[in-house]
Amino acid sequence: MQDRYDVVVVGAGPGGSSTARSAAEHGAEVLLLEKRSEIGAPKRCGEGLSVRALAELGIEAHPRWCVNEIWGAKIVAPNGKSLEVRYPEQVGWVIERKMFDKHLAVMAARAGAEVRTRCEVVDVLRRDGGVRGVVVESGGERFEVEADVVVAADGVESKVARWAGINALHRLEDVDSAYQYEMVVELDNSDMLELYFGNSVAPRGYVWVFPKGRDVANVGIGIGGNVAKDTAKAYLDRWISSNPRYRRGSVVEVNAGAVPVGAPLERLVGNGIMLVGDAAHQVNAIHGGGVFEATFAGRIAGRVAAEAVERGDTSEAFLSRYAEEWRSLRGEALNRIYRLRRAIERLSDDDLNFLADVLEAEDVVAFANGERLGKLAKILMRKPHLIMAAKELM
Amino acid sequence: MPRRVDRNACLSCGGCAGVCPSLAIRLEYGYRLVVDPERCTDCGLCTVFCPAGAIREA
Repeated sequence: MQDRYDVVVVGAGPGGSSTARSAAEHGAEVLLLEKRSEIGAPKRCGEGLSVRALAELGIEAHPRWCVNEIWGAKIVAPNGKSLEVRYPEQVGWVIERKMFDKHLAVMAARAGAEVRTRCEVVDVLRRDGGVRGVVVESGGERFEVEADVVVAADGVESKVARWAGINALHRLEDVDSAYQYEMVVELDNSDMLELYFGNSVAPRGYVWVFPKGRDVANVGIGIGGNVAKDTAKAYLDRWISSNPRYRRGSVVEVNAGAVPVGAPLERLVGNGIMLVGDAAHQVNAIHGGGVFEATFAGRIAGRVAAEAVERGDTSEAFLSRYAEEWRSLRGEALNRIYRLRRAIERLSDDDLNFLADVLEAEDVVAFANGERLGKLAKILMRKPHLIMAAKELM
Repeated sequence: MPRRVDRNACLSCGGCAGVCPSLAIRLEYGYRLVVDPERCTDCGLCTVFCPAGAIREA
């Protein structure tokens, strides 16, 4: 490890690795730091990724981490009514996050970035309204690494940005608490995602069953910790014990996590610093997915970082090119999806059952992508007590 | 008094560090959760957030 780089990326999740790869491909000298000893582990994820997302990212599906094909979805309302959709072609993958994350880090290394694990960033070196490097702890030693640009891709913990003076705190009402098991369990459909809704099942969230094979599934829950009466673990365990099939299932892995479900941050850059992924609150606030958003944002951030270094201008003004480009491509969609989340959290179980009666599963899938929200608003307007919820969508 | 971490329940997800307004929580090398008693204001947001119920009042 050198004592200075053009770009130092903190955190080797999908956002960090994507940024590091992109910056290296555009000619920058890059260091990618991961505090854990293994990239991708422990995962904090439901592991679903759409075929469309992978294509958009230009990443080729690889059997090492694309473990199961998804062709449709089943959505279950609080009263047990289920909506199902099966598409004429494969629409998604359930992936092995550990392998996927490592794959992205390998790609970054191949592009020329230097990757280091078990290197924890414990502070930033400050300069006027921004940063000029990081303080690293590794193997019991503490040392400084200078950089023209520091990229905060340190996930939901997002401490780097906050040390740099950017308000990236995750407000409790905008974070979901998640808990997840990998289970060996008898499945009806190994090519369908299953989602279970209801305020007693998962307040402000849902239980998911994402099959990873014929009889293995990622079974998890996301809830609003501040609106729930109990922990995510307690809600998930209750759901499992009320389903005989799952109650009998074996557990081969357990993870917890935090899912940002707020609006993306307004401020994504400062002097010498850029925020990417969960650290920038770049997440789909409805389904909680962040892999696509982080990887997508990272590609732009890495390119702009390399250009800034090349020009010798790593000011907030120059780095704002990343924020502007990202906002025009994804910002508006994510803000729309955030408003949908605000609308949905106003709904009671009766309201959700009503929606299950008038909607098709395809509608729900479209809503999760921020589409057809006008249709949803019109339906909500039919019920006087849901007019406030409908207004969130306008 | 700072919050107390139940190491039997904590799965090292680090979400508590993200919601901590005082930057008082560190996940050493991604594994060991440490609450800085100097910074912790005992606001309790980490306890409300924790998916595993692993952070309690001292």
